[in-house]
Amino acid sequence: MRVNFTVNGVEQTADDVWEGESLLYVLRERVGLPGSKNACEQGECGSCTVYLDGTPVCACLVAAGQAEGREVRTVEGLADGERLDPIQEAFVECGAVQCGFCTPGLLVQAHDLIERVPEPSDPEIREALAGNLCRCTGYEKILDAVRLAAARKAEAGR
Amino acid sequence: MRPFAYRRPADARAAVEAALDAPRAMYLGGGTNLVDLMRLGVAEPDLLVDVAGLPYDTIRETGDGGLEIGGAVRNSDLAAHPAVRRDRPMLAQALLSAASGQIRNAATVAGNLLQRTRCAYFQDVSKPCNKRIPGSGCPAIEGDHYNLAILGHSAHCVATHPSDMAVALTAFGAAVHVEGPGGRREIGMPGLHRLPGDRPEVDTVLDPGDLITGLTVRPLPFAARSRYRKVRERASFAFALVSVAAALDVEDGTVRDCRVALGGVAHAPWRAERLEEALRGRPATEGSYAEAADAELDLAEPLRDNAYKIPLARKVIVRTLAELGG
Ligand SMILES: Cc1cc2nc3c(=O)[nH]c(=O)nc-3n(C[C@H](O)[C@H](O)[C@H](O)COP(=O)(O)OP(=O)(O)OC[C@H]3O[C@@H](n4cnc5c(N)ncnc54)[C@H](O)[C@@H]3O)c2cc1C
Ligand code: SF4
Ligand code: FES
Ligand code: FES
Repeated sequence: MRVNFTVNGVEQTADDVWEGESLLYVLRERVGLPGSKNACEQGECGSCTVYLDGTPVCACLVAAGQAEGREVRTVEGLADGERLDPIQEAFVECGAVQCGFCTPGLLVQAHDLIERVPEPSDPEIREALAGNLCRCTGYEKILDAVRLAAARKAEAGR
Repeated sequence: MRPFAYRRPADARAAVEAALDAPRAMYLGGGTNLVDLMRLGVAEPDLLVDVAGLPYDTIRETGDGGLEIGGAVRNSDLAAHPAVRRDRPMLAQALLSAASGQIRNAATVAGNLLQRTRCAYFQDVSKPCNKRIPGSGCPAIEGDHYNLAILGHSAHCVATHPSDMAVALTAFGAAVHVEGPGGRREIGMPGLHRLPGDRPEVDTVLDPGDLITGLTVRPLPFAARSRYRKVRERASFAFALVSVAAALDVEDGTVRDCRVALGGVAHAPWRAERLEEALRGRPATEGSYAEAADAELDLAEPLRDNAYKIPLARKVIVRTLAELGG
């Protein structure tokens, strides 16, 4: 089947897609965007998190056909050209990245949190990131990064 | 995964007709359960009829204080709706206690109701399982049943229904709207999900081709004082060992009315009717809550490794009612 959808603002057509492919597979293997990671393929780890029509979902549990006509934004679409998004900068500054496998999913999920909740509390951050597993960092630096990005965003808005 | 066709009909009627076209057609909501089960080889549809984009995706407050909820409404949107947060906290809490933000953003109300059991044998196609292959046996009865049923199970299946939302909706006595090959009908909760009996392969009373288009939650003013409490192995992102949805109406220290449903204990969300009956008209004290809990839990028949659920359920019920009544 053919899937037409928008990815990071660009219209894309993927041909010869097999119905059983996931959106994650289509993004990585057909559209050439390997940022979203493939780990558990069952919704447990969040490393495949992408925006679908503006809300973060696990791309591994979206069937290819479900993406038809919809808008996807991946971790590759967070930065503005060479300029990193504030959440990406904060991850770098706080040392919230070790092996980096969980990072793309966490970035999209954290990006969504600080868009929706201007000054998230620690419990709100924890709950928002509960679907993103990280085996390396112990999460503390990830929390630091989200707090920093949220604080900067609040500062900029004042 | 077996090959299948994919279709996206424009309305409910067209969806029901499309589903009649293939012998093993299935509806697709958010896909968060079905796509997983297809990958595991547990579900093998020959046609997916995508109903997540159908127009029944709104939440409407009815004039009398009830709610009409479309079957395609996303779990996150239902949890965030002011009429749910304000007037029905147990429903909002049940939704938010389930899965993760990403899953709730994709999951639909209808798909949530019809998600399949998390029994490990059911999900493992190398194992026998009466629910997956009728007549193949139930290895859970002698094997790993630590988190399986204590109420209403049978010699053929001891699985539990995993949905948190369905427990709160069962406490409310929600009505499920169904559009099927034979027309429209309404099914009350409890009543949508069945007990396993000798046909554990059948989860619900729905017939092939039946499409859930929405729900009605009738007004229940005292549910503004309600709560969902879920006990699980991790504080977040895990299925319930035991959960309780409870609403309590207390006046002058006496329980006028109450609604209680249990999760994690049975093949269906479990409305605690005996408990409710034992509690109405009694003083709002921990003693009455404990007696009422026992009236319900006397029905329990634990398996070798899950008797812990009885005292756990008792404690969670008493604690939750005490918080609401105090
Ligand atoms: C990692 C993980 C953790 C989870 N944790 C929890 C938890 O703690 N608590 C909890 O309650 N849930 C939990 N879930 C389950 C989640 O809530 C369900 O997967 C979700 O609600 C299913 O909704 P869906 O729209 O994605 O359904 P789908 O996967 O699309 O469909 C599920 C079933 O419903 C049928 N169906 C869908 N729509 C209709 C319709 N309109 N009419 C008739 N049939 C229909 C499908 O054919 C399928 O059989 C978890 C899921 C994952 C992946
Ligand atoms: S408890 Fe039910 S689902 Fe689990 S193995 Fe037995 S028959 Fe299958
Ligand atoms: S790969 Fe999608 S949640 Fe783990
Ligand atoms: S940095 Fe390695 S999994 Fe998170």
